[in-house]
Amino acid sequence: MSEHIVPIRVYAGVFLALMAGTTLTVFAAFHDFPWQFNTVIALTIAVIKATLVVLYFMHVRYSSRLIWVILASALFWLAILFALTFSDYWTRGWFPVT
Amino acid sequence: MEQQRAAGTIGMWVFLVTEIMFFGGMFLAYTLYRNAYPAAFASASNHLDITLGAVNTAVLIFSSFTMAMAVYCTQVGKRQMQILSLILTIILGLTFLGIKTVEYSDKYRDSLIPGKLIPGRPFNPDLHTFHLLPGASIRNVEMFYWIYFAMTGMHALHMIIGVGLLTVLLIGSVRRRYSPEYYNPVEITGLYWHFVDIVWIFLFPLLYLLGRHLAHGG
Repeated sequence: MSEHIVPIRVYAGVFLALMAGTTLTVFAAFHDFPWQFNTVIALTIAVIKATLVVLYFMHVRYSSRLIWVILASALFWLAILFALTFSDYWTRGWFPVT
Repeated sequence: MEQQRAAGTIGMWVFLVTEIMFFGGMFLAYTLYRNAYPAAFASASNHLDITLGAVNTAVLIFSSFTMAMAVYCTQVGKRQMQILSLILTIILGLTFLGIKTVEYSDKYRDSLIPGKLIPGRPFNPDLHTFHLLPGASIRNVEMFYWIYFAMTGMHALHMIIGVGLLTVLLIGSVRRRYSPEYYNPVEITGLYWHFVDIVWIFLFPLLYLLGRHLAHGG
């Protein structure tokens, strides 16, 4: 993990992208999209914003493999938490309980 | 020195993993209840102040930028700019908390604090002004506010801790404790601050924006 100094223009670019994402998500929220697309759009923008923060503000893009593994493990276990819980809730009522 | 720096950063990341799991549990509770009571959640969400929420999002993103600048200025040894960035980050953090206080006091005024958390001020919204979407029950609106206060409250607590950490950094900077050779405290406090920012990046659309498209007609 060698020291890496991220140039100011990268930080400024990320900052502007985050602000643009915030504006976009507020605008999109007032549009009535079909099905669940309002939620899909809002979460997609949020995930993009979070990824920008993690990669550039938190320097993960320039970090060692170990940091990547630690972060990936967090997301993996979070996915387990959601997947197992929803495998319960979504399948309730599929079969009559006698 | 390099190994020490790496160890400190990894330690902070492992702590952030536990934080992800902690907030993840609350996001899970939110998702389940929102799935169960979509109309009530949309009605309750529409009652939140979208302007204050959006301004707070911008404030927090700006504070993340100034925090990143503080790390940068420490790395390149620009001490004046480092102190200025830290002061700006603290001011922006306090601004966020101030706006949050305004929002919370609005909820108090409208009797929207769930349950009987505040003595003599139980959850009791004025149903003449509180617009309920079709199919929404006021009990499930109350559920939204439990989750709203739990999540934004824990987030605000993290912000308060963050401002405390930044104050320690500021004192350290004034005392010339950090340099391009030793900037790990600034770096890992930055990681924590950015994490708190990320939590808000998800909280803002999920809590404030979820029912806006249903507000008029819809």
